[in-house]
Amino acid sequence: MSRLLLTNLKTCPTTHLLSTISTNTSYFTPGLNHVERRQEIHLTSTCSEIRKLARLRVVDNSEIGKRAMAEGKPPRCIHVYNKRSVGYIGDKVLVAIKGQMKKGILVGLKQNQKLKIPKFDSNNIVLIDDNGSPLGTRIHVPIPTVLRTILKEKTQAKGADYTKVLAIASRFV
Amino acid sequence: MNITNRVFTTSWRKGNSFIRIVTFSTKPQANELPPFIQKQSQPNSTGSIEGRKSVIPQNYRFIYPEFLPDPKVEWRNPVREKLERMDMLDRRTKIDIPEFYVGSILAVTSSDPHAAGKISRFVGICIHRDRCGLRARFILRNVIDHQGIEVRYELYDPTIHKIEVLRLEKRLDDHLLYLRDALPEYSTVDINMEPENLDDSAEVPINDIKVVLRPRPWLERWERQNLQGVANVDQYITDKQRRQALAHEKPWEKYDMMKQYRSSIPEEEQKEIFAEVHSQLHSLELQRKRNKRKRSFVKPTKLA
Repeated sequence: MSRLLLTNLKTCPTTHLLSTISTNTSYFTPGLNHVERRQEIHLTSTCSEIRKLARLRVVDNSEIGKRAMAEGKPPRCIHVYNKRSVGYIGDKVLVAIKGQMKKGILVGLKQNQKLKIPKFDSNNIVLIDDNGSPLGTRIHVPIPTVLRTILKEKTQAKGADYTKVLAIASRFV
Repeated sequence: MNITNRVFTTSWRKGNSFIRIVTFSTKPQANELPPFIQKQSQPNSTGSIEGRKSVIPQNYRFIYPEFLPDPKVEWRNPVREKLERMDMLDRRTKIDIPEFYVGSILAVTSSDPHAAGKISRFVGICIHRDRCGLRARFILRNVIDHQGIEVRYELYDPTIHKIEVLRLEKRLDDHLLYLRDALPEYSTVDINMEPENLDDSAEVPINDIKVVLRPRPWLERWERQNLQGVANVDQYITDKQRRQALAHEKPWEKYDMMKQYRSSIPEEEQKEIFAEVHSQLHSLELQRKRNKRKRSFVKPTKLA
């Protein structure tokens, strides 16, 4: 993240200068192209924990999630709803996705897990609304079976019902 | 530039003898075990003149590596080790824990209070084995619905119902953690795979497949680990990384006898340990063979 920011900081003044002076752009454009290309790739090293600003992967077929993943702009976690502020499996997170704030449930993590709990190759979320019902109608990757118990425990009688996420899962591991 | 590049690649390939230090080192180090030793060990296991001297097969330390304790001196405790071995044999009388290696394809059935039928089965390729005694564990990896999934199991976990070996084979490296950075087809296993039968007398085949890695970023610096089963590490690393790999290699480690001694169990001690458990393990093996030959009765399911 810091490196990404640095490139941003470095490039911003130059582009600003260039636009104001509006000199002969033909000389400067290759460099600029290079900078723009650099900004598209992520320079952040992978974070195995789900903290604020961790990039996630939407695995349901909700419209907003599909479009965000197709554009190569994965949602970022901007809040974890627990007291540790580190997201574990089944935790609710707030994500910034395509300029909007949506809630999601972590359904697969990259970090090392306990015995017999699957570890995934990506950090997966399923988008939900405030009542706990998912925005999509299908999850296209396997879901760990532990979520059954975890989400059932998190569901309170008059609060949000998270178990609806389990109903749209296609496969459990 | 070009010349230096060429010089570096050749010398790097020749001299890179990085050995991953495994505390649980009963495995032969790939570059240290010449082929004639493997040939020698084969007739021993089948029972030749040499084999008559000691009843214990030479390959027990590869089949049952978890019976050897951790060589770390601070952790040694003969009484605990002995008790653990007894517990392990007890567990082995209850379920069949087969011989398998890193690279074999396994199916583990375990009870899972969260699953619908209270039972879950996971099929995957074994990419890592570590620890010893009752704590021995392994990782299975598979790609299901284009999603890489890994599950870690303990070998002597009481919740495990069954461990099946679907395909028994070895690979060129002593861990396959680089499959995480490889193309998904190298870790994809069919979930409904049928077990492949292998002759009891036949040697375990070595699969010399070379895995193709994805471009960087990788999870580890594979170029420093002298991996035999990877095809294209050279393709993605820069000259600088090549130079750093060269600087970090430790070619003297293979001559460090003290290090080897500290990271392995001496042969005399191994013999002592296996002499203790051999009779029970052998009877379990015979029992397994008998069970295999017996036609297993499958309870017919009700159709209507």
